[in-house]
Amino acid sequence: MILTNVGTVPGKKIVEHFGIVQGSTVRAKHIGRDFMAGLKNLVGGELKGYTELLQDSREEAMKRMAEQARKMGANAVVNIRFATSSIAQGAAELFAYGTAVRVE
Amino acid sequence: MEIILHNLDLFIFLFLLCLGYGAGTLAEKRHYKLIHKREEELLKMPVVTAEGSFPAGRVRNAKLVTGSVVVSIDYFKRLLAILRNIFGGRVKSYESLIDRARREAILRMKEEARRQGAGMVVNMRLETAAIGRNANRKKQIGSVEAIAYGTAIVFNPK
Repeated sequence: MILTNVGTVPGKKIVEHFGIVQGSTVRAKHIGRDFMAGLKNLVGGELKGYTELLQDSREEAMKRMAEQARKMGANAVVNIRFATSSIAQGAAELFAYGTAVRVE
Repeated sequence: MEIILHNLDLFIFLFLLCLGYGAGTLAEKRHYKLIHKREEELLKMPVVTAEGSFPAGRVRNAKLVTGSVVVSIDYFKRLLAILRNIFGGRVKSYESLIDRARREAILRMKEEARRQGAGMVVNMRLETAAIGRNANRKKQIGSVEAIAYGTAIVFNPK
């Protein structure tokens, strides 16, 4: 599965379009991590736990998107966009969407 | 001793303030130093926001690369920002926070691209998201996430 965020797959030709595919996941931090982040919040700096969590969730969202594309019979997803929204306190939604295509 | 016990709240507040100022400033300086160093190292990896077109046969493969980071602001600067809310104007402490986050995210994306053996990154996009609804409210995580993503292009050897 080729994933790109440009309109085409560079170096290849698109032969068929399948339309939009999307994947999303909602994650919450567990309380231990939240506590550590609270402490880290006093001194500032990177919150590694959150970075990892969001990275994992984004990969999960992309995996779901790729899975959907595969079911359609596509072998690439182009024009991928990401969005993050916090739907409730302490929970975040990671969302990925793109266009499923078949390339040569 | 009695004074300290009577005004425990105040002393805890002052302690946190000093801790935030000291550790926060140090962390920021160190982070900027690291950013400058890595930016210099990665100068050879061009990143553009344009889509770009390549002659056929030149591109071996293309892959999505991402880089992300969550950074939080320290206690002292958060207080400054709250005070700044009263008078309005530039909130410098948040400016540097978000600048650091974005540059770090781009750097991580570039490092990821280098690991893939890419020659350049096209169509880079940046996004930021606030974690926790209101960064200024107490007991909330005043932190920001920056994401950089783009398409890494691996070229065929000439």
